[in-house]
Amino acid sequence: MANIVIDNIKKSFGAFQALKEVSLTINDGEFVSLLGPSGCGKTTLLRIIAGLETATSGDIRIGDRSVISLPPKDRGLAMVFQNYAVFPHMTVYENVAFGLRMQKADDARVKKQVEKAAGLLHIEPYLDRYPNKLSGGQRQRVAVARALAVEPGVLLMDEPLSNLDALLRLEMRTELKTVLQAAGTTTIYVTHDQTEAMGLSDRIAVVHDGRIEQVGTPVEVYNHPATRFVGGFIGNPPMNFITMPVTGGKVAIGSQQFAVPATGGEIVFGLRGETVERAPNGQGLDMQVRVAEPMGSHLLLTGSILGQPARVILPATETVRNGETVGLTLDPKRLTWLSPESGASYPAAA
Amino acid sequence: MSTVSNTGFVPARRLLFWSGIVALCAWVLVPIYLVALGALGGRSGAYQWPKNFLPTNVSLQPFLLFLKTEGVLQSFLNSLGAAGITVALSIALGAPAGYALARYNFRGKDSYRLLVLLTRAFPLAILALPLTVSYIRLGLYDTVLGVGLIHTVLALPFAALVTQGIFLGVPRELEEAAWVFGCTRIQAFFKVVAPLALPGLVATAVFAFVISWNEVFAASVLTVRHRTLTAYLLTVLSESPMHYRFAGGLMLILPSVVFIFAVRRYLFAIWGISSK
Repeated sequence: MANIVIDNIKKSFGAFQALKEVSLTINDGEFVSLLGPSGCGKTTLLRIIAGLETATSGDIRIGDRSVISLPPKDRGLAMVFQNYAVFPHMTVYENVAFGLRMQKADDARVKKQVEKAAGLLHIEPYLDRYPNKLSGGQRQRVAVARALAVEPGVLLMDEPLSNLDALLRLEMRTELKTVLQAAGTTTIYVTHDQTEAMGLSDRIAVVHDGRIEQVGTPVEVYNHPATRFVGGFIGNPPMNFITMPVTGGKVAIGSQQFAVPATGGEIVFGLRGETVERAPNGQGLDMQVRVAEPMGSHLLLTGSILGQPARVILPATETVRNGETVGLTLDPKRLTWLSPESGASYPAAA
Repeated sequence: MSTVSNTGFVPARRLLFWSGIVALCAWVLVPIYLVALGALGGRSGAYQWPKNFLPTNVSLQPFLLFLKTEGVLQSFLNSLGAAGITVALSIALGAPAGYALARYNFRGKDSYRLLVLLTRAFPLAILALPLTVSYIRLGLYDTVLGVGLIHTVLALPFAALVTQGIFLGVPRELEEAAWVFGCTRIQAFFKVVAPLALPGLVATAVFAFVISWNEVFAASVLTVRHRTLTAYLLTVLSESPMHYRFAGGLMLILPSVVFIFAVRRYLFAIWGISSK
């Protein structure tokens, strides 16, 4: 068990800056996701923490010990790889035992730890098999068991679920959460899948273009995105961004008036699609509905608000026809205000 | 209707399949069989025409006699020795080079690869004289070690390039996993990479063995008394009776066949390397 401090890590590949001064502190026992689109630098950051990649500058401390110049084996961590990286020439038992054997643990301890890890991940029936006789999901379990068997201070996971089919992914996600909560291991989890990050994490670090855009609990990141990118990346449908003129510190949206943290010029308001309610006829903010899609659990409307593209969600009980105009009531507490120039959001109103 | 055409089609395919197998086997086995027939059938067997396809009055006598001929056994051992040195050195030097080519990016990597191949473009015949002179100076002339070294030079480029492909076939993530779980780079190589690359390394060894075993020019130029089997047979057999020649031919073929047969499991497994 250990905390991790990522201190001003920079990484360049030639002229390309993969990471631009990234700093992040992860508390002991915390589960933090690095969430971002592919190519944003999140995997590079994870590999630098693991010691598989060298940083151009900066420091990594695990449990208050600088590990930046140590080889991977001396960093006291374990890792689950995207393609599992289960050793094909070893049985499942030997795979799970690998880390312990390298630590020169005696046979009794190896047996105990392997059985414990195998039990957590339900792979006892396969211990004598070779990985080529296992399905993708089973290999994934072996990879996680191998990592947990050494009882690492830090567990790194690189998109561990991305190679599984959707149903299996959901199942493994639930299971991972249970297993990791029981183990209490400090975990860094790299993913591009926002639902995985939202569901599993204590905190999410949203990575974009070599920078961490925001760090926060899933609810914070969802409700109060720090930047336009975060709001657009997280949530399905993504946050709507609508630019409005400001007059005298106020914005008139439909029939509603909002006090905004700007005095003039323009401001962008970020609107989560499911925070609106249908207004009584002829009131509220008008939305021109191009397509209405009844999804069963809700009704998804795609169209435009004030001439700008938007997607909102209404309860499944509403009926809207394609081409209709509907009035929407906004909840001032759930709006996010952003600067149109920087894309950064203003602090949430108290 | 379809069932009729099916029943007609399947046996035809099977026939094609098996006749293909028979043809390929015959392609390899018939010459070996004829050589063996000549070697073991004695003087009369070697000259007899048309050949009896079934062996008649087979005796190991001429073959044994041939083995007892002065120099044969010694040159056979010399050949094994030279091939052994070639295999050991080309794996010991070629595999690390292949590993470096597969895993590291360095300046001039492509030119290096080309350079490795270019060594084979240099005709050995031009080198024969300077090589002989240097070998005499170094005391390597007329030694098995000397022949083994020059055969290593011939086999090494292939060893480096073939092992590069083999190491590329071992996923990098497996090695990284080994590092994370407590291995140094060297430990990771021997615990994870080497076992997975073994079939390919064995195939490379076979290849080096065959290069050395079949090589005749350098072996003839660089030796006088300590000839390898090919060099020895080349000089001796032209003056020998026909069944001796067959016996010599059989001796040249057999070790390669036995060697390849012994390692065939690894040769087949070369397509079985899998990260999954």
